[in-house]
Amino acid sequence: MNDVAQLFRQVRYNNKAFWRNPASAFFTFAFPIMFLVIFNGIFGQSQFFVPAIAAFSIITACYTNIAITVVFLREQGVLKRVRGTPISSVSYLVGRIIHSVLMAYLLVAIVSVFGAVFYKVDLPTHTMVPFLVTIAVAGASFCSMGLAMTALVPNEDAAPPIVNALIIPLAFVSDIFVPTDQIPGWLEKVADFFPLKHIAVAMGTAFNPPPGSSGWEPGHLLIVVIWGVAALLLSIKFFRWEPRR
Amino acid sequence: MTEIAIDVRGLRKSYGTNEAVRGIDLEVARGECFALLGPNGAGKTTTVEILEGHRARTGGEVSVLGFDPGKGSRAFKERIGIVLQETGVERFLTVTETIELFRGFYPHPRPLDEVIEVVGLQEKRDSPVRKLSGGQHRRLDVAIGLAGDPDLLFLDEPTTGFDPGARRSAWKMIENLKSLGKTVFLTTHYMDEAQRLADRVAIIAEGLIVTEGTPETLISRDSATTNISFTVADPTSLPDRLGARAVVNEHRVTLESEAPVDDLFDLTSWAKQAGVEVSDLQVTRRTLEDIYLELTQQKDAGSE
Repeated sequence: MNDVAQLFRQVRYNNKAFWRNPASAFFTFAFPIMFLVIFNGIFGQSQFFVPAIAAFSIITACYTNIAITVVFLREQGVLKRVRGTPISSVSYLVGRIIHSVLMAYLLVAIVSVFGAVFYKVDLPTHTMVPFLVTIAVAGASFCSMGLAMTALVPNEDAAPPIVNALIIPLAFVSDIFVPTDQIPGWLEKVADFFPLKHIAVAMGTAFNPPPGSSGWEPGHLLIVVIWGVAALLLSIKFFRWEPRR
Repeated sequence: MTEIAIDVRGLRKSYGTNEAVRGIDLEVARGECFALLGPNGAGKTTTVEILEGHRARTGGEVSVLGFDPGKGSRAFKERIGIVLQETGVERFLTVTETIELFRGFYPHPRPLDEVIEVVGLQEKRDSPVRKLSGGQHRRLDVAIGLAGDPDLLFLDEPTTGFDPGARRSAWKMIENLKSLGKTVFLTTHYMDEAQRLADRVAIIAEGLIVTEGTPETLISRDSATTNISFTVADPTSLPDRLGARAVVNEHRVTLESEAPVDDLFDLTSWAKQAGVEVSDLQVTRRTLEDIYLELTQQKDAGSE
């Protein structure tokens, strides 16, 4: 079987396993919608919140999902078992990443359609290419950050708190849960350092291009990609295939 | 094609200053079932994981099916099957899906139905993995190890934690594997398991092979091959010829015997003459377990 066919096969099995775990599937999909309803209920800026929560759902589907699932698979010995088979470890992980990015697309679609139906937001019909490319670039980068995170998580019980402890606070200061004009300057500077805000801005521009904009945010995307590449290098160095003894 | 499946010379492995494996030699022929026996922490798992390619060695020569497992080549992994201790699978896939997933990793997998039949999971083929019992899960582990139709199968403590019934049926399953002509490398700390399944056994203690051979030769190499035990009211009254060798535990006497016919004659004629009642008389062949305990305890005593 060639490598591409093998990859598709992996994605198919990942997909099966994903949907059969009701808790995981439910929370992956329910969380973004819940946040959208709550924050939009508080602040009432749906045209801002739909792309912001769409950005957040990319992070959930890619970073959070990869970090927690891969730690679980590592601690259960699944990764070690796979490593004893002829399939290349890289192809196994790439299969997971592709599945997560596909889930990110599905989540963004759900959030966008939810916004269009219930909040009457305008969908980015004229900037569809930057919108879709931004999702892919952000998805791959955040998957890579998720993989890097697994090296910091000692075991599967610690995975959800550690993984979320970094993301949820950042989401508050990164133009995701709270519009930026409500945030003090020093916090904004903190947020500028991390990738969340940049993906939120890129998604915002692609979703609501200001007059004259093409919908692209190359500068912000570049910062996300730099984070992704740095995370990838750290993963190559520190990724573990077995539980620590 | 070489007739030797596994050839190990002077294998060493250190973790920091701790030497887990201290220079061992092993040779396993094709089609053989070889058991590596030893107490926990003796270096069994380290050794088997080096042979599987999971761990790098510190020193020595290792050839498995003509490959150096340390290089981790794809061609090598296509020809071995590994059943590790305590490894998971996706809990939400079914038995069939899990085996299919792994079959897809290999160029010439074994037919699905055959794999399921060898491990005896026909009844559970459509059950999700998370609903399997411990014993069924272990069978699935073996099924995954067989999925690629390997020439060599590693079984690391395949029946640890099984109830006696499950162990018997696991043994049947491993005997099925032998009849398929597979080379099987088994590690275990159950002596009866090695005695029943293995063509050849090596005993490892503190990182060294202390003895090696067929279960039969290991038992008979030792000159005292029979245990005689019985209960008498006063063990001190035994005739000297027997009493000097007796191991006494209250009223229970155990003798290691090189000449059981003579010893039994001495014992029974003494009992008849003196009018002593000898009860619960047992004459048993020494088992691999006796040899094992002796060797691993000597090892312990020697290191102190």
